Amino acid sequence: MEAPIISSYIILGAALFVLLNSAAVCVYAERRIAAFIQNRVGPNRVGPFGLLQPIADVVKLIFKEDVTPSYGNRILHSVAPLIPVTTALMTVAVIPFGDGLFITDLNIGILYLLAIASLGVYGVTMAGWASNSKYSLLGGLRAAAQMLSYELPMGMAIASMVLFSMSLSLVDMVNAQIYWWGIFVNPIGFIIFTIAAFAEANRSPFDLVEAEQELVGGFHTEYSSMKFGMFFLAEYMHVVIGSMLITVFFLGGYHLPFAGYYAHLLPEAGTLAKAILDISVFGAKVAFMVFVFIWVRWTIPRFKYNQLMSLGWARLLPLSIANFVIIAFILMMIHEFF
Amino acid sequence: METFFFVFVATFALGTALAMVLSKNTVNSALFLILHMLSVSGFYLSLNAQFLAVIQILVYAGAIMVLFLFVIMVLNMDEDEQIVTKVDFKQIFAVLVTVIVLAQLLYIVGNFTGALPDFSQQELMAIGTVEAIGDEMFTTFLLPFEATAILLTAAVVGAMLLAQKNVNVEDEIE
Repeated sequence: MEAPIISSYIILGAALFVLLNSAAVCVYAERRIAAFIQNRVGPNRVGPFGLLQPIADVVKLIFKEDVTPSYGNRILHSVAPLIPVTTALMTVAVIPFGDGLFITDLNIGILYLLAIASLGVYGVTMAGWASNSKYSLLGGLRAAAQMLSYELPMGMAIASMVLFSMSLSLVDMVNAQIYWWGIFVNPIGFIIFTIAAFAEANRSPFDLVEAEQELVGGFHTEYSSMKFGMFFLAEYMHVVIGSMLITVFFLGGYHLPFAGYYAHLLPEAGTLAKAILDISVFGAKVAFMVFVFIWVRWTIPRFKYNQLMSLGWARLLPLSIANFVIIAFILMMIHEFF
Repeated sequence: METFFFVFVATFALGTALAMVLSKNTVNSALFLILHMLSVSGFYLSLNAQFLAVIQILVYAGAIMVLFLFVIMVLNMDEDEQIVTKVDFKQIFAVLVTVIVLAQLLYIVGNFTGALPDFSQQELMAIGTVEAIGDEMFTTFLLPFEATAILLTAAVVGAMLLAQKNVNVEDEIE
């Protein structure tokens, strides 16, 4: 691990800025796409095409009354919304956005990601407990169980990609996909990882954490004003982070498809042009995956809780382990005989 | 820089450990224990053991403590269930064990004379990586590693069996 240099601070600032604002863009995109899917118009009054709607939403949230439940735990109630936001922002430290455009290249980057993701559970659990409400507590416990269950297949799917890159660094992971993206060599891993990413972000069809019919609002029933806004922000940041991770692990990061075969045929690009191209490719893939997140939410109905658990433990986990073992076997055979 | 980091992490670790023991609310205790585990991973980081640091967070803070918190929240222990009502045998025994463990620790620390083995910064960094640990684990310590794997598998199967048995009992009642 080298000492941080100036450029990594610049990238850190830019990445945090983009990530925080991407949540607002996602909210707008979600509402417009939802309206399109349901044959409505969606928000179109505030600014041109309703583009200023997220700003109006935030202003409304800030001016709302901040209610704390009287018999709840006041301190934990205030701390809880900070945790999912913090963990989402910390993830950005190891994601490579372009050739050389990363904040730090940890040689344990993937373990770091898993560790940070596993800490996100506490925000939801604490919020549920500190609210002193049975709906919140049930929502928090559901969230904890769900996130713990889906961490395992997610970890196994990532491990199956580590077999290709032979490294726990995300930069090496992206560079290993210069010829063939992860989705082409490991399609089952891609499907498992995507499903687990949906569950980790608590997004529909796995949004049992806040199932309205059963739990009112789940863990954030007792939250209002900007504390609720923080949970809202965290949810959309987790969508963006999930899309970034899918891009890094399975969609080749900042590489064009099969770039290794024809990269030398293209004219030599300058550093700036290359950086812009890399970030555009990465951004386009992330935007597409965010669209998929929204698309699924408004297309697929919510699972039942027992279905969610049996999918996680009885289907995805054995499948991901089998996938890992088979890929390891095939790679060893190729290594042995070719 | 390293001294500053150490003092910061050590203060944090001591503070959270004390807060964990002294706080009356069980949930608060559990949360302080999580913070304490994060600070312990800070110690590992300052020793260049990055793998251990991350695994400490991943396993202890991320998985085990979630289950602890889970159980404590469901049991919902109230403050009037405090055990400090009368001195019984259990408490005397606890004090005894604590004193013995403290004496052992002080004995070890007191006998410590030499410094840590003399490693250069590069060597330390090479020891802490995943590759180095994996290499050792699958060559020198292969047998203990496999034995641990079997032990853990047995424990998982046992847990499954216990959970399964309860389901059957409920079915019979119905």
